[in-house]
Amino acid sequence: MPVLTLAAAINNALREQMRKDERIVVLGEDVGKRGGVFLVTEGLLEEFGPERVIDTPLSEAAIFGVAAGMAIYGLKPIAEVQFFDFAFGGFDQIVSQIAKLRYRSGGQFKAPVIIRGPVAGGIRGGMFHSQSPEAYYVHTAGLKVIVPAFPYDAKGLLIAALKQDDPVIFMEPKSIYRTVKQEVPEGEYIVPIGKANVIRQGNDVTVITYGAMVHRVLEAAEEASKEKISVEVIDLRTLMPYDIDTILSSIKKTGRVVIVHEAPKTLGFGAEIAASIAERALLYLEAPIIRVCGQDTPFPLANEHYYLPTVKRIKKAITKVATF
Amino acid sequence: MSELYQIINEEGVENKQLLSKINLSNDKLLEMYKHMLITRILDGWLMKLQRMGKAAIHAPNEGQEAIAVGVVHASEKEDWFFPTYRDLGLLIAKGAPIREILNRWLANAQDPLKGHEFAIYGGRKYNMVPTTTPVSVHLAAATGFAHAAKIKKDKLVVFAFLGDGATSKGDFHESLNWAGVFKLPIVYVCQNNQYAISMPFRRQTASETIAIKAVAYGIRGMRIDGNDILAVYSAIKEARESALNGMPVLVECLTYRLGPHTTADDPTRYRSQEEVEEMRKKEPLKRFRTFLISKGILTEKEDEQMRKDIEREIEEEVKIAITIPPLHVQAIFEDVYSELPWHLKEQMEEIVKEYEEDHLS
Repeated sequence: MPVLTLAAAINNALREQMRKDERIVVLGEDVGKRGGVFLVTEGLLEEFGPERVIDTPLSEAAIFGVAAGMAIYGLKPIAEVQFFDFAFGGFDQIVSQIAKLRYRSGGQFKAPVIIRGPVAGGIRGGMFHSQSPEAYYVHTAGLKVIVPAFPYDAKGLLIAALKQDDPVIFMEPKSIYRTVKQEVPEGEYIVPIGKANVIRQGNDVTVITYGAMVHRVLEAAEEASKEKISVEVIDLRTLMPYDIDTILSSIKKTGRVVIVHEAPKTLGFGAEIAASIAERALLYLEAPIIRVCGQDTPFPLANEHYYLPTVKRIKKAITKVATF
Repeated sequence: MSELYQIINEEGVENKQLLSKINLSNDKLLEMYKHMLITRILDGWLMKLQRMGKAAIHAPNEGQEAIAVGVVHASEKEDWFFPTYRDLGLLIAKGAPIREILNRWLANAQDPLKGHEFAIYGGRKYNMVPTTTPVSVHLAAATGFAHAAKIKKDKLVVFAFLGDGATSKGDFHESLNWAGVFKLPIVYVCQNNQYAISMPFRRQTASETIAIKAVAYGIRGMRIDGNDILAVYSAIKEARESALNGMPVLVECLTYRLGPHTTADDPTRYRSQEEVEEMRKKEPLKRFRTFLISKGILTEKEDEQMRKDIEREIEEEVKIAITIPPLHVQAIFEDVYSELPWHLKEQMEEIVKEYEEDHLS
């Protein structure tokens, strides 16, 4: 089995699926000749030609809106946003058009667009190449939101997104595009949307996370294990719909929860998870739920390391809930 | 592009040379007239239904009937429409039954949109994609639809409707720019009705016309009298050919919104009654009627009978429509996703339970 990076696994999924299904088109800024600024669409133009791999004007609203129109027509458009920080220019298209088309047409029309692109921090990209805006999309009924942390999941989730009928926001943590490698099978397989993955088994503390933070949490869990704290790590993989069953069954076992994400803490996705746990499993809790998140500031250029959850802070939170 | 294309003038008198280029049978002309008439009369009823507390809101079409009706009559059956929220004439000219339209406005159990949104014109059987109320957002999807047709090499044209206010938004620019770059089979039909709620055209742009904006996108611009249905018909026929041949078109149709923006608006706050009365003299229905009568295609008596018949039909349909039961609360949760996710299922169960308790007692 080939060992692929996250970026290569997504490229592989795109290529294989485009070979199988000629309704799939890829569109976005610099996705053709340039192969995307992170080279995720590299080689697709050469293989599939300019009608299916479309270098577009610099226009997020048009990229998303045009993709919606193509999906209404019956194509399967995959729109690349160069950075999720740039998607706000096309936000109205996502929120008003794409997410609500099925609803406002009483189910007569649908726009199963996939909007994919790099997200989150870790590359010294400053405030416009580092944000984690997933909560906006989770808060928009009609969208599914996926954030893979591993090459295997990225391929399987992208294929799953292509096999279903709802619009999908597919966020690729750019800091791990090339740093995380894994064996990825050739050919088609699916990682189900809405299913979390218990990436590390443990009995004392549950850490719920997603995206690039999964890897930091795994490091922190390893550190904690040296202090005889057994940590269970849940990689959510999908934020909407999220896997409440996996979360609850882990909490019923551990009774102690830490939630970790890059996005700002206040009203971040962790707030929803914490509230849901409080509603459903309060009596299983042995300690307050702690969130380790990005700060409630714009994303800074300097000291990005401290802005984001560090292994040290995650480890501290684990110890705190374990010893409460 | 600052010249105005017109075939029938405000007095109902035709330009003989231009008229001779249009090949329309008397039956077709009468059908167009009838569609405008149904649109006008039903529009009044939808206003009334809102005043009666039966319909949530209505954005009246009065004074703009020639545009939507003219465009449909100039289109082919494979063409597609991306309307705004003011385009009742599109549904009428595409043959939507009055009862269905009433069901939509009353958001009752037979509303094909399941009470999910008011005042939107659309439906798969009419090749019509319901709009987004935030203006100009739908233009990009219309553009993408045309782009897909081009990729699939299907011979059809997309008609994307917009108003003058929409031309101030970014999505307008981004969509027309895209259509120009990819040479798409699309016609943007701008109904310049002089107002975006209270803001007059001169607050939207310093550009002399809307049509002239086409130049910057490398597409074709046309400026026509939108209160003259034959000018609309003829220009749209030409625009359709142009779009099919890889030259998208922006057609500016000059018209005037005689009514309020919506049932929630009070236009006396921002424009004079004199102005409205002055513009009423130029409205499209009266003009077309004068023309048809002067040509012996329609008699006063036939016109009167046609109006009576339409009135009676609508009245009867209203009587039926208001007896149709309301939607079940469960419809709130339908069509959010292709399948109901767990959290919506949970929310639905709670609301349905409450609804059923309330409706049992």
